[in-house]
Amino acid sequence: MALVQANDLAMSFDVSPPWLNRVIERTPRLLLHAVDGVSFEIEKGKTLALVGESGCGKSTVARLLVGLYEPTRGSFQFDGANAHATYQSAAGLQLRRRIQMIFQDPYASLNPRWVVEDIIGEPLTEHGLITDKTALRTRVEELLESVGLAAQDRVKYPHQFSGGQRQRISIARALATQPEFLVCDEPTSALDVSVQAQVLNIMKDLQRRLGLTYLFISHNLAVVRHVSDQVGVMYLGRLVELANKQELFANPRHPYTRMLLDAIPKMHDTGRARTPVQGEVPNPLSPPTGCAFHPRCPHANNRCHDERPKMQMIAGVRIACHAVEENRI
Amino acid sequence: MNTKQHPASADAPAAAPSDRQSDTMPAAAEPLLRVKDLVVEFPTRAGTLRALDKISFDIAPGEVLGVVGESGAGKSLTGAAIIGLLEPPGRIAGGEIVLEGQRIDNLDHEAMRHIRGRRIGAIFQDPLTSLNPLYSIGRQLIETIRTHLPMSEKAARARAIELLQDTGIPAAEQRIDHYPHQFSGGMRQRVVIALALAAEPKLIVADEPTTALDVSIQAQIIALLKKVCKDRGAAVMLITHDMGVIAETCDRVAVMYAGRIAEIGPVHEVINHPAHPYSAGLMAAIPDITIDRENLHQIDGAMPRLNAIPPGCAFNPRCEHSMDRCGRERPELLAAGPTRAACWLHAVDAAT
Repeated sequence: MALVQANDLAMSFDVSPPWLNRVIERTPRLLLHAVDGVSFEIEKGKTLALVGESGCGKSTVARLLVGLYEPTRGSFQFDGANAHATYQSAAGLQLRRRIQMIFQDPYASLNPRWVVEDIIGEPLTEHGLITDKTALRTRVEELLESVGLAAQDRVKYPHQFSGGQRQRISIARALATQPEFLVCDEPTSALDVSVQAQVLNIMKDLQRRLGLTYLFISHNLAVVRHVSDQVGVMYLGRLVELANKQELFANPRHPYTRMLLDAIPKMHDTGRARTPVQGEVPNPLSPPTGCAFHPRCPHANNRCHDERPKMQMIAGVRIACHAVEENRI
Repeated sequence: MNTKQHPASADAPAAAPSDRQSDTMPAAAEPLLRVKDLVVEFPTRAGTLRALDKISFDIAPGEVLGVVGESGAGKSLTGAAIIGLLEPPGRIAGGEIVLEGQRIDNLDHEAMRHIRGRRIGAIFQDPLTSLNPLYSIGRQLIETIRTHLPMSEKAARARAIELLQDTGIPAAEQRIDHYPHQFSGGMRQRVVIALALAAEPKLIVADEPTTALDVSIQAQIIALLKKVCKDRGAAVMLITHDMGVIAETCDRVAVMYAGRIAEIGPVHEVINHPAHPYSAGLMAAIPDITIDRENLHQIDGAMPRLNAIPPGCAFNPRCEHSMDRCGRERPELLAAGPTRAACWLHAVDAAT
């Protein structure tokens, strides 16, 4: 049984105009389906990466899993139990200890008025794991060293660190409660490449040592290739393809996956002309009918226009595409 | 003086086409832009910070020069100094910037206004903040065109529509009267490119033009930028931290580190055979979509702050090949095969 199991997760946000406007202008309620039926599993010790362009719902999935949002439909099973039911109950605190999150912006996710010791020590005291002051200090020093910072750094403030060092502090904070599952929402997007390499190496190293399970969210396919075991590609709130890393990069099937892979400038064949994709991501408030990708898809036909493709297993890959199903591509 | 230079610069695009294989600039051709020993300083209460330290490079007519580096390396500052938009208290404290034979770093605000837009166009990272939200894009385009070119309102409007069509905006006749918020991010960046090209400048300074966009849109914008500049024979200085974009777009690339140029040369040489240890580390740190690697190469440490730049070579404390000399003397750009690198490894007497 997989450690993490998401079944048909969905999240809608009410973005209606205010009540009075709705009454006067007779406009209906307006729902934004940020995530619309996403299912996946992650085995213990593995990494699932979610990729997609801005607005495709990747971050909403992350926030659903850590319990920042309550799903409007579907469920999230963690270690065999329904996590959102647990989050509500007295055992919620215990579950939150096991699931932690790393945020994108290391400048915004650390309290600027706290020293590092307080930042990293907070989850430990909050969960009542360590009450003794000297024990707490030792543990914080241990955590700092495990992410490649110095033990003396505990007395410094966040502004005294560079971006990469701050991201290491947030990793240390996430690791403080000895979680099993880490949700990483674009952990390296705000960092420079050389610093990104340092942070990615630390994350992989920690996974090997502690047997961590990651959900890794990113828009950078090269980074995803580097860290993940499985890759899920999202488009407008839905998964369109979910496959093993090797399979996905060697043999991308969904037209959107192919387009994404093709859109990345390759470093080593300089000057190669690519065929840029046409069109842009549609407005999620009025998504296209049928397959959400059909207006941009070179293989779309009438069926793609009318009928929404279901996720199904085709040749060992989970994919939602009529064209692949009908063997048209 | 300016008129004397004109024949040379008019002939130059034909003489030096943006040929990827032409490794160094033809010595005979007059560069479109020459930056020599440029120094930018920020006076602060704690002392003067030197943000750019003796930067020198040329851009040939029609050439695309990439500038890469990590945040704080001085890439954007170099662009800002060239277009005369340094934020005070930042100031040019030394060196010179020569555009088509005319020195432009010492011009006053008013004189610079006539060069900016007319002879140097600019594209910035965020298309939403570089457009005025209160004016229709047509009004902004027409204003720019009429500021620099003697045209009637009607002719300027026709030209604006033409520019929008060239930058791939569908139904340009109707869209010209729309406001910036009515465009998506990618379309807005197209408008900004149209705006930069409005007065047919010879040089475009593009500062992270695709960073704020999604990957699928990025590819469209890069292709567009390349095409419209090639059609018009405009040279581009492309500032970005994305090596992929550089690899695909540029003829030559300059790698910057701590306010200095670490290496400059033809793009495929710098990417595949970097001569400076910093560029080598940088290239190895980038995850490659085509290769599986267990661990990425990492350069330990971080770029020094401006108030703590080490003596000698700024990279020496992080460098694997650091020698005695690196901590004492600052290396100039030295020939290193087809590229030039500021590294003592390439000194003629480095064998010792």
